[in-house]
Amino acid sequence: MITWTNFVSQLFNGLALGALLALISSGLTIIYGTLGVLNLAHGAMFMLGGYAGYVAYEATGSFVVAVIAGTLFLLVVGVAMERLIIRHFYGRPHEDQLLVTFGLGIVMVELVRLFFSSLSKTVPPPQLLSGITSMGFLFYPTYRLAAVGIVAVALLAMYIVLYRTRLGMIVRAGIEDPVMVDSLGINVYRIFMIVFGIGAMAAGFAGIVNAPVASLTPDVGEAILVQTFVVVVIGGVGSFPGAVLGGLIAGEIISVTSMFNPGYAYVMLFGAMTLVLMLRPQGLLGTKGRE
Amino acid sequence: MRDSKSKFHGYNRRDFMLTGLGVAGGLALPTAFASRAFAADRPPIGTWPAGSAGDSVFIGITVPRTGAYALQGEDELKGYELAVEHINTGHPLIKKISPKTTKGVLGKTVKYGVADSGAKPNDAVQAEQRFISENKAVLMTGSTSSAVAVALNKLAQREKVLYVAGISGSNDTTGKDCVRYGFRQCFYGETAANAIGPVLLKTFGKNRKAAFMTPDYTYGHTVTKSMNDFLTKNGGWTMVTNQVSPLGAPDFSSYLTNIANSGAEILVNVNWGHDAVLSIQQAKQFGILPKMKLVVPYQVPFLAREVGAETMEGVYAATDFWWTLEDKYPLAKMFVEAFDKKYGYKPEWGAENAYMEFALWAEAVEHAGTFYPPEVIKSYEAGRKIDSVVGEVYWRAADHQLVRPVIIVRGKKPGDMKNKEDFWDVTEILPGAPLMQKPDAFGCKLGDYT
Repeated sequence: MITWTNFVSQLFNGLALGALLALISSGLTIIYGTLGVLNLAHGAMFMLGGYAGYVAYEATGSFVVAVIAGTLFLLVVGVAMERLIIRHFYGRPHEDQLLVTFGLGIVMVELVRLFFSSLSKTVPPPQLLSGITSMGFLFYPTYRLAAVGIVAVALLAMYIVLYRTRLGMIVRAGIEDPVMVDSLGINVYRIFMIVFGIGAMAAGFAGIVNAPVASLTPDVGEAILVQTFVVVVIGGVGSFPGAVLGGLIAGEIISVTSMFNPGYAYVMLFGAMTLVLMLRPQGLLGTKGRE
Repeated sequence: MRDSKSKFHGYNRRDFMLTGLGVAGGLALPTAFASRAFAADRPPIGTWPAGSAGDSVFIGITVPRTGAYALQGEDELKGYELAVEHINTGHPLIKKISPKTTKGVLGKTVKYGVADSGAKPNDAVQAEQRFISENKAVLMTGSTSSAVAVALNKLAQREKVLYVAGISGSNDTTGKDCVRYGFRQCFYGETAANAIGPVLLKTFGKNRKAAFMTPDYTYGHTVTKSMNDFLTKNGGWTMVTNQVSPLGAPDFSSYLTNIANSGAEILVNVNWGHDAVLSIQQAKQFGILPKMKLVVPYQVPFLAREVGAETMEGVYAATDFWWTLEDKYPLAKMFVEAFDKKYGYKPEWGAENAYMEFALWAEAVEHAGTFYPPEVIKSYEAGRKIDSVVGEVYWRAADHQLVRPVIIVRGKKPGDMKNKEDFWDVTEILPGAPLMQKPDAFGCKLGDYT
């Protein structure tokens, strides 16, 4: 379907898709950047946020309450996970960290399956944002349009926390040189806990914001996790702006390629990642030495 | 990546030891003579005779319990479990399908193990290989993806252990990838297309523009091809776009954007499992539905429950079974009642297919009078008329496909539903034989018995 109308439509769809990917990836990249832990449970946390929101929605009928519940629940889960399990793995090899987070992810997914079965659950968008909006060149789901705005606000909030507050300064300093931060008398472990909590919260927020777009199943995070890694690698590990840029690039690659040949959408995405790894291993906005 | 999970039912080391001692003590002498007598014409093959030497036989089941097909895999498993229970207790329903059955199969209790395939061929093959070497499985089953069915077909032929497909809609399963050791009960791309095609031409007319959504593996490609061939040749339809997506795609927006701009009037959605649910839900979000008319050529168990009756109203689908067939077929009534009693809901076609696969295997073995695989295969190939939940059926010897009717259903108006599970009207029951291609048309070569 190569027409100008479709091209413009796909560019726009790529932006909307990319915004969601950026949001999910930002949590992953911050955690990896600060703690050095590649959190393979990130997809499961994304899923968990969706389910927590779903439970809240079923109880109250309010989408806003669902978003708050999904986000806060994951903050709690994140902090608990860091305190009880992850902190014991800071000094251990990367393989151990991968295995423990991978295992935690499986536990979360199967627990949700146990309680909710594999039958998919839906969280409808709020009344105000349901329906379809005419863009002139395309009819687009109103909620997806709104989601771009919601994501932009969320990313802006994260940007402010990271770049305009003392906590953010410490986190960024921790990403660059945790030993130096520690020797300056700052309790790095407390910062780690906060960062893990924020990263988990971002995943939970993304999970519930994404729920009206894609119905929930226990496996919803699995496919997302793979894309999220691609986004982080393209953007640069540990780089918050990189996650945003990577997300948008990934969204555009999937959408625009699908116009030429839908079967190659994901092939091109992985192709782009390979290209970045070859030409700029630290990622587009990453810093050398962190790859 | 995820490890397969397996569980073994009612099977522990003590049972095994006792059984082993019993068999060794009681049958040592006759077995020694028998094996000498058989040695010339029946050398050991696959897991025979070891797999059926005791007082039980083992079936290896792999179904997806994770991933995009998990819900359907779990449903399939329920069908298998009910069948095993019925076989072991000599339930009246099994006796209707397999009149020679008393209790068990040839008097041996059926035991089984279950592994999660995640709808991935490699995981399924590894699990079945384990069931063959560790449990001496006499039968393998399971698939909710034809990619798995094709892989297990090949394993069956190589290991000389029988395989009955679970859900598998690809033409290849009993077409170019058919094997002597593999059998399929359910309908497939070609029969689905030839069954639903005329209904679509009658309902929507000729020369229509259709958009296809196709999962990127053997099932998707063959079903789409069969559908498109029928609609273009017989109705002058045009495929304006074919959106191929990977199994388990997390989002369909880019594919749907192409469809929205394609000018199609009808959306033929070949996606399956949660992919079908998500793509239909998102098509609705994009306003593609109800603007375009939706068609589901290969029905997905639980689809109507998941996307809602309002979305499925008026949608045509081809299927293997729908529970209201109980009004027409006495065996369907027995099956629906037994299933509902055990699990608390009306069975979908995944469970029906699973149940029938085991029942038909029991029938074939009882007729063969032995577990010796070549004899069981010949028993399948004898072409006996067998009573089933959809009336009389028989196996086609040339490609090991069951000749059975294809059911056409149409989504009910929510207001017309008599109960919360009354999603579909059965509009047509089409005899299987005229819907099937010639046995060699898709390149089936069955291979050797030994």
